Parts: sequence; C-alpha cells; structure tokens
Amino acid sequence: MTVEAQSDSSAQPQRSICIENLSKEYVRGKPVLKNISFTVQGHSSVAIIGPSGTGKSTLIRCVNKLIPPSSGNVYISGENITHLTGRNLRMARRKIGMVFQEFNLVERLSVMENVLCGRLGYVPSWRAWLRKYPQKDIDNAFSLLDSIGLLEFSRQRADSLSGGQRQRVGIARAIMQEPHVLLADEPTSSLDPKTSVEIMELLVSLSREHNIPLLINIHDVELAKRFTVRVIGLSMGGIIYDGPPSELTNDHLKQIYGGENWLQ
Amino acid sequence: MSPSPLRKWERFTFSERLARFAVFLGFAAALSISLRSVQIIPEFLYDAPTQVADLFSRMWPMDFAYYPAGIHDAMMETLHIATLGTLLAIVMAIPIGILGANNIVHFPLLNWLSKLILVSSRSVNSLVWALLFVAVFGPGPLAGTVCIGFRSIGFVGKLFAEALEEVDPGPIEALTASGAPWFSVFLKGYWPQAAPAFWGVFLFRWDINVRESAVIGLVGAGGIGMVLDTALNLFFWNRVSVILLSIFVVVILAELFVTAIRKRII
Repeated sequence: MTVEAQSDSSAQPQRSICIENLSKEYVRGKPVLKNISFTVQGHSSVAIIGPSGTGKSTLIRCVNKLIPPSSGNVYISGENITHLTGRNLRMARRKIGMVFQEFNLVERLSVMENVLCGRLGYVPSWRAWLRKYPQKDIDNAFSLLDSIGLLEFSRQRADSLSGGQRQRVGIARAIMQEPHVLLADEPTSSLDPKTSVEIMELLVSLSREHNIPLLINIHDVELAKRFTVRVIGLSMGGIIYDGPPSELTNDHLKQIYGGENWLQ
Repeated sequence: MSPSPLRKWERFTFSERLARFAVFLGFAAALSISLRSVQIIPEFLYDAPTQVADLFSRMWPMDFAYYPAGIHDAMMETLHIATLGTLLAIVMAIPIGILGANNIVHFPLLNWLSKLILVSSRSVNSLVWALLFVAVFGPGPLAGTVCIGFRSIGFVGKLFAEALEEVDPGPIEALTASGAPWFSVFLKGYWPQAAPAFWGVFLFRWDINVRESAVIGLVGAGGIGMVLDTALNLFFWNRVSVILLSIFVVVILAELFVTAIRKRII
C-alpha cells in the first residue's frame, strides 16, 4: 500500500501521520515520552494537551526529527521517515509543515520572502540566493497572502507586523511546502485571546481546504475543545486520553494536569 | 529585657583587608621598579619645551605646494591599499568566521583551528606583517595591501563569528524543519541576521585600515608613509607638517563617511 501511495501521486493518496511506539529519553532511564502511538488521517485536526514539561514539544519535534527519537517509528503518508538522514531526511521534512510559538520568521526579510522560505526545500540554493524563485511559487505565495489578508503587507519587513499577522505569515510559510501534515507547537501562546481564536480558525480551515492532518500542541483546553475533532491528553510522557473533545471529562483533566482546584 | 549585644559590621573581613593591602603594595612596587628602568634623564626633560618649539618653528610655514607635487598620489595609494586590503580581508574572513561559529560548525577542532588563525592574524602587529610582505613581494603597495588584508582577518573574522553565534536560533529551526539545504539555511537564516553587524565591522575596519596604511609605508609598504619617511630622513620639516595634516584630514573624513553610512544600514 505504501508503494502504491507513493507512485500514484495524481490520485491524491490519503495524507496521514502515524506514530508507532515512539519513545524519547534525553537521559538514559528517564524517558520523556513513553511508547506513544496514534494515527491521524485526512483533514482531522488533533490537539495534544498536557502540563508544561510533559513532552508535548519533544513529541512534535520527534515527528520531523528536529529532535531524534530514541525508539519507535514515524510514518508520513505511509513512508517511514525515522531512520532517514541527510538528503533523504530533507526530502521528508518538506512534507511536514511546522508552525511555532514564537513564529520563527526571519525578522529582517520581507513578508513575501518569509513566505517563499517555505519553498527552500524545493528550490536550489543559487535560485534562493538570486531571489529567482519559480513563477509558480510566486503566484502561489501571492494568492496565499491574499487569502490570509496580508497581500498589501507583502513588501513590509516581518518585524513590522503584529503578533497575529506574524503567525499568519508563519502558517503561510508552512503551507507553501505543500505539506502532508501540519504541526503546530503552541501556535497561540504568544497571542491575545481574540487573535488566538482567529489563528485556530485559520489553521483548521487550511487543514480542511488542503486536506492535511493537523497536529496542535496547545495548553488552552477550551480552545482545543472548540476547534479540534480529537484530543490527546499527555501526562508524564504517556497518553492518558485519546478521543473526541465532547467525552473529555473533568476526571480526565484531573488525571492529565493533577489537582482539581483549578477546575471550575 | 537585656540590651541586645553590639553587633559588629565591617565591609571586608580581616583576611580580605590583608589581601587588598598586598595587592596595593604589589602595584606600588611594580611602579617604582618600572620608573627606575625607564631611566629618565632630567636634562632631556627640562629641554623638552625648547625642542618642541624648535620642531614647530621648522615645520612652519607649511609647504602646501608640495601636496599636488608629492603627496596627493601617495595619499590615493594609501586609500587604495586600505580599501583593497579590507576587501581581501573580507574574502578570507568569511569562511574562517563561519568555521569559528560553534552553532554552525559543530566540530570543535575546526572551531579551534579558526580561532588559531584569527588570533595569529591579530597578534602580529601591522608593521611586522608589512616587513614580512615587503620581504616577500618587495617594497610597494602590493605588500601593503596584503599586509592590511592579513592583519584585518583576525578582527573581521572574530566579530563576524560572534555575530553568527548570536543569531536567533528560532528561524534557523524553522528553515531546517522545512527541509532547506544547508546553504539555503545560511543564506536566508544566518546571513540576514548577521548582515548588519557584518557591514558595520567592514566599515569600521576600513576606517582603521586608512590609519594603519598611513603608517606601514614607514617600512616600505607603499602609500603616504613612504613619503613621510623620505621627508623625515631629509629633514624637510615643512613637508612633514603638510603630510601629517593631510593624514589627519583624511582620517577625519573617513570617520565621518563611515559614521554616515553606518547610520543608514543599521
């Protein structure tokens, strides 16, 4: 099935991410992640919730090997990317879009150039150097900027934008990769409540529109319940809850975060 | 209620005071020893004001007619030496600076090698570099240019490496996560963040090099220094004064020029 999915790209194979028995220990004998397994397909959006320091960021970075996992496998649309290195790893990373808490834009470059940075995995370095991006990429970037309402900002420097606008640019950069999966690491934690909702709406709608599985680390439980179709509760490096937000009870939350006085 | 006992407070403990006194004594001893080895001859000291007055009287009136005849070309040569030398330094300092940035190159041996090159460039004085290259290339501006280049690698390379190490790792992580090749990550992640510092260093070093290349001519490495050397040897003091004045003016102009540009790029 894997072979089929890769060879027949015109038929739009189901885009998916599958994590299998993933473990990570920074220090031997002290696992941060214990035997994590789950699969996300199509345009479902999944929230990963849990207290800080429980390994949410580590989990999401193990997917694209920014942090190498200690054991287990990660499949992107059926391809096992866990043991890839060098050029093959780069090729695999192109299929994984990532959105960050601190936006991670190149502040001194224009909005347009930041969006085009999403194509760096596809475009040879000399083209990037001379800023000779293919016309197709430029067209896509303009229409993407238009759809997120930042078209008139395309020539402005990224550091002149507000937080919400910057995060939109970060999302556009990830979408430019034409990813098979979109990862978001606390995408709303640096934003005000109203902007947070707008960013979540944008992420979910783009995931639907492009049919990409969306994996969001988030500590705001209400936001998670409101926008995602599935919640994975992480505590002490293990999955405590995996199911629809409607069935997430206070008992689960107590188990995930500990204590109960904060629950009203 | 019994009165609380007197509690003593002192800024330094007894041993700390002893140590401070020892340091003070050491400085005093060093000062007196070095004064003795300088061997000040009082007669020469009393004579100094007369000598200075004499020097100035010989320098006056300035021989301005000598500027177009003998100074101008040499001054242009000095500026060329400074500019080409700085460019040469940059070409060599960029790869060495990258090697020295431990967030880009993760091999401590290469970092160490880069530091070694940078330190040896800086630890040798420009006059010594000049003597070396005059011996290699013969006297003239080529020796001066190469001398300025080698002398500047250490300065430019060290500051460039530091600018690269201070780069925000966030955008680098983002570009790496998108599957960008190493050179693209450098071009779009590291370089835009380090570029203002880099151009600032370049201009600052050019400014320093204008001053340095005025001196290296004294040992035959071309430029205004050679003219100054000749004038000094022939006791043409009214020419010496014009040369010194023109060096002064050029250095001030270079400084103003660099300050104006730095304001624009940073």
